[in-house]
Amino acid sequence: MKLGFLVDLSLCMGCKGCEVACKVENEVPLSSWRLRVKYIDVGTFPDTSRNFTPLRCNHCENAPCERICPVSALHYLPNGIVNVDNSRCIGCAGCMMACPYGAIYMDPETNTADKCTYCAHRIEGGLMPACVVACPVEANIFGDIEDETSHISRYIMEHQGNVQVRKPEKHTNPKHFYVGGGNQTLNPLAHERIEGYGLFNNITHLDTLGDPHHSILDRFTGPIFGHKHLDNKSFIDMPNDDNHESHEEGGH
Amino acid sequence: MEHSVIEATKAVVTLDVALPGIIWGWMITLNMWAKSIGTGVILIGAFLLYRHKKEDLVGLRWKMPLISFIFLNIFLLFTLLDLHQPLRMINIFIHPHWTSAITVGAWMASLFTGLVTLMLAIGFLDAHPDTARHSGIAKSIRKISSSYEKIFPFVVFLALPVTMYTAIIMAESSARELWAAPAELIQMLLAAFMVGSASLIFISEKWSVEARKDLTLILALSVFFSFLMYMGEYFFSFKSEEIEATIAYVHSGGSYNLQFWSAMALGYIIPFFIAMGSLKDENRTLMKFAALTTLIGLYLAKSTWLEIPQMIPLS
Repeated sequence: MKLGFLVDLSLCMGCKGCEVACKVENEVPLSSWRLRVKYIDVGTFPDTSRNFTPLRCNHCENAPCERICPVSALHYLPNGIVNVDNSRCIGCAGCMMACPYGAIYMDPETNTADKCTYCAHRIEGGLMPACVVACPVEANIFGDIEDETSHISRYIMEHQGNVQVRKPEKHTNPKHFYVGGGNQTLNPLAHERIEGYGLFNNITHLDTLGDPHHSILDRFTGPIFGHKHLDNKSFIDMPNDDNHESHEEGGH
Repeated sequence: MEHSVIEATKAVVTLDVALPGIIWGWMITLNMWAKSIGTGVILIGAFLLYRHKKEDLVGLRWKMPLISFIFLNIFLLFTLLDLHQPLRMINIFIHPHWTSAITVGAWMASLFTGLVTLMLAIGFLDAHPDTARHSGIAKSIRKISSSYEKIFPFVVFLALPVTMYTAIIMAESSARELWAAPAELIQMLLAAFMVGSASLIFISEKWSVEARKDLTLILALSVFFSFLMYMGEYFFSFKSEEIEATIAYVHSGGSYNLQFWSAMALGYIIPFFIAMGSLKDENRTLMKFAALTTLIGLYLAKSTWLEIPQMIPLS
């Protein structure tokens, strides 16, 4: 058995139901995402289109995160899922450096690496991942890609020539496929992040990840120099005007 | 709201989450820099001991492991401090995952530091016979004084992989194409030669002229070849889309551009010309200045090269 995921981008309508379901199911903290839906606009007015790309861990067969993890906190399950053992993680962030898809985050509550596990706990109980259940248009297709009769295998066969993976040149052999995608939706360097074009919020770079005061050194220096205002409360306090300083670097 | 014309062929991200910024920051830079000194002084010290008599290298036998010991401990301390779960570092030793260069490196660096500590203890007590005369531990160490020469070849041999394993970690970081294995391996080795020779310049006051000349030559050659590699990557890295996007953070001006060229000037160009001049007509004060700028320049270069690949969006 080799579990895989397929998203039909031509069906996805960007409702973010999967994103919310994932957050709730896995209790993903504020400022962190296991699954996110990115909006990408293509063309000039009036000939424009909006594309939606759900992004999650690709559960690579040749996973760089598993290879670099010094303590096997990231490991393969027999069904192909790349799982995380939070109790073993030392928080070196090597996996975050290794993942070509930026799918791993440092959990600010546990100070350990975390990511999508295809809801391994639900699968163990015979349930589908939360995002699959929540999708109103069945754009998320999940199943055994080694079973020729499974829904996902048949879907891949039916859409031969139109099935893609992200960054195939990395030789990670992802088990997460897209139908109806293109360079502009799947290649992060093919679209711009222009300051001021955020639809609902400014797209920003976080100064640091998760708990910005994670290190022992910060805990000593914090009372003297003060901590930066980057806790969850800062999201509430964030000024919602054009003068808000963003760390976004345009043009990449 | 900023207004600009978007080309018809361009795609624009209109909604996304915040992107992570620098994950491996100054602590990792300091870690690499300190490790280069810790291993570099051993490698260069070994070369000098091979080429010259002990009498020509006054104090090297204990000062070399002392410098190495100090900087290896800085390296290990900041490695630990950078972890989000520092107390779980023990997991590397009780649950090692051997495909990870982090694991292999941690084991090798620990062994290396242990051996350097032993060399320091033997070297220091031999050089200071009146120190801790009545101490039981000192007596035991003095008894195994001859072990210094037996351990030393292993330490030198181990210094090479300890210097270079960070390059393998960077190579395993598949998301950052700028950190390519062959280039980084050589850069790490050259960095060790650079700061190893630079650090030893500060303690070479009483050494023979020939030994100091060797140090100067090593510094000149290592900064020259390292500079050449940086220039190659800076100007001719157009094969990969990701590397081009990464190098753009330096090309396009701004703080990384300033930092990079300051690093090149301080760490490479200035010491090269001073060293070349000093080979003809020795100037010890200027050589110390060159050694200092080399140490500063290497830190800045490492910092730039570590941070820019972390700026590009991965998804």
